[in-house]
Amino acid sequence: MSMLRRIGMLLALCLLSSTAYANLTIEITSGSDRALPIGVVPFEQASELSEDVAQIIQDDLQRSGYFDPLERSAMFEQPTRADEVEFGPWRSLDVRYLVVGSVEQTPNGYRISADLMDISGQRQVLTESVTTQRNGLRSAAHYLSDQIFEAITDIRGAFSTRIAYVSASGVGDDMRFALYVADSDGRNSQEVLSSDQPILSPAWSPDGEKLAYVSFESGRPAIYVQQVASGQRVKLTDFEGINSAPAWSPDGRRLAMSLSKDGQPEIYIMNLADRSLTRITNNSSIDTEPSWAPDGRSLLFTSDRSGGPQIYRYSLTSQETQRLTFTGNYNARGRFSPDGEDIFLIHRSSRGYQVARQELSSNRLVVLSDSSQDESPSVAPNGTMVIFATKRGGNGVLSAVSADGRSSFRLPSPQGDVREPAWSPFMD
Amino acid sequence: MQVKSLVRLFAVAFSITIIAGCSSTGGTQGSDAYGTQQGSGSSSGSSSAGASTTGVSGTGQYGSTSGSGSSVGQQADSRIPSARTIYFDFDRDTIKSEFESVVMAHARYLRANPSAQVTLHGHTDERGTREYNLALGERRANAVQRFLNIQGVSNSQMSVVSYGEERPAARGSDESAYSQNRRVVFDY
Repeated sequence: MSMLRRIGMLLALCLLSSTAYANLTIEITSGSDRALPIGVVPFEQASELSEDVAQIIQDDLQRSGYFDPLERSAMFEQPTRADEVEFGPWRSLDVRYLVVGSVEQTPNGYRISADLMDISGQRQVLTESVTTQRNGLRSAAHYLSDQIFEAITDIRGAFSTRIAYVSASGVGDDMRFALYVADSDGRNSQEVLSSDQPILSPAWSPDGEKLAYVSFESGRPAIYVQQVASGQRVKLTDFEGINSAPAWSPDGRRLAMSLSKDGQPEIYIMNLADRSLTRITNNSSIDTEPSWAPDGRSLLFTSDRSGGPQIYRYSLTSQETQRLTFTGNYNARGRFSPDGEDIFLIHRSSRGYQVARQELSSNRLVVLSDSSQDESPSVAPNGTMVIFATKRGGNGVLSAVSADGRSSFRLPSPQGDVREPAWSPFMD
Repeated sequence: MQVKSLVRLFAVAFSITIIAGCSSTGGTQGSDAYGTQQGSGSSSGSSSAGASTTGVSGTGQYGSTSGSGSSVGQQADSRIPSARTIYFDFDRDTIKSEFESVVMAHARYLRANPSAQVTLHGHTDERGTREYNLALGERRANAVQRFLNIQGVSNSQMSVVSYGEERPAARGSDESAYSQNRRVVFDY
């Protein structure tokens, strides 16, 4: 029932916002049948306020796939403080948790207060209060979502994170490319680079302040590193041939990449302090798409040394390479889960190219998506979801699926194709 | 337009069949046959040389370009050959025999004009991951570079840039678009 209710449900807020440009809108495509029923009661707030704080929190929680929010029309009353909550009636609606709160105007901005109630346990779980300026209301709401999510699931919330992505429009010689950074709900998107040449492979530095990416603006692929806040950037590599697939080490001091300067694409690690290169692979096949293990001791990469593309793991300590994927004849672009126990990848099945997860202890591969032209999986820093690029109606869209495959949502762009999503680390 | 190029395709297929029938050894003989046609300078020879791209690319944007450039055969070595795109099979970097004549024409031009520079742009269709496709596009362009080098073109005249799937020639997620996007473009 709740699945059916959610399928195709449009959650776009469509608020009028003068700064909004090319915002992505969210559609929940499939909800988990294990989602916890929660009620997020509309906050007491001045009616002229541009943001509906409770709605932002409700959308965050629903998007995570962990929660099934109660519709506002089903709420028999709308308490705004913990001491106004009567547990019995909410319990009869099968609500497990309830969020109530208010937004007060202060001389310097706003104070948002929120209380989380455990309805079945009849107790208050959390009380939070944040102060913010008007333009920080959305961020404050995401912060509260993070606190609520962690209080209930024991998993750190990732709603205050950001997503980098690339848009493309036009065809042939008239193409335009742009690199954007948006909030994790697709809002507040800001262009950080635009070009009439391709941009791809954005990768966040572990401190969330820089993006490495590949740009063809010089007529050839080169790797750049750009400060997101200031826009300041440097061209890091410009070797002959391919310069691609930058990946930051967890300590932020090294960048793995694929360079074909010696004939065919090989994996290298660049020490960012002195830009010295260490070559990792050495053979006549394609080696690309490196990605670091969370402990920094090994790298995943894609190689076609066995014929078709498969994912390999290189240990920086033993310097040994081990093939990881054996299911099917196309597995590429592996990314570790934050706990290092699973990898997410693109797997070619009979349906096409799909996002899959492989458990490293058992090597069991599970397809997670129900689309067929998927690419570029990127894992949320708390490991609960994977965002990826796919096609819908001929256009590139961003989609996300929970790590267990039970819930998913889509972020279609109003403008052109969007692709190459990169989920930021936690922003502290 | 469509019908016209279809007719031309059949004409080309027919003439190729005849040529292939004459030279029973096949293989690289195909490109020799092209050379003979060019040498003869007959109108049918030059138009079929140009049209061989038209026929194979079908609805491709380069079809009309090469069709209108049919006079090139007369002065193959002094002007940049008009057919500047060759197409590949899925997941392959082998130069198909039907495009050897195109590559040979560029080889002749580059040999005759040592100061000429060409950049070989390698492209793939959209299927699969982007960074891996960047590598596949390079492999295609490298295959053309090797072929040209074997034909006597100096490596100093050639450079390679792979665009992977980033700059499709045709939009769409079907084989007709894919086949136009798996290509190497000669950019002078």
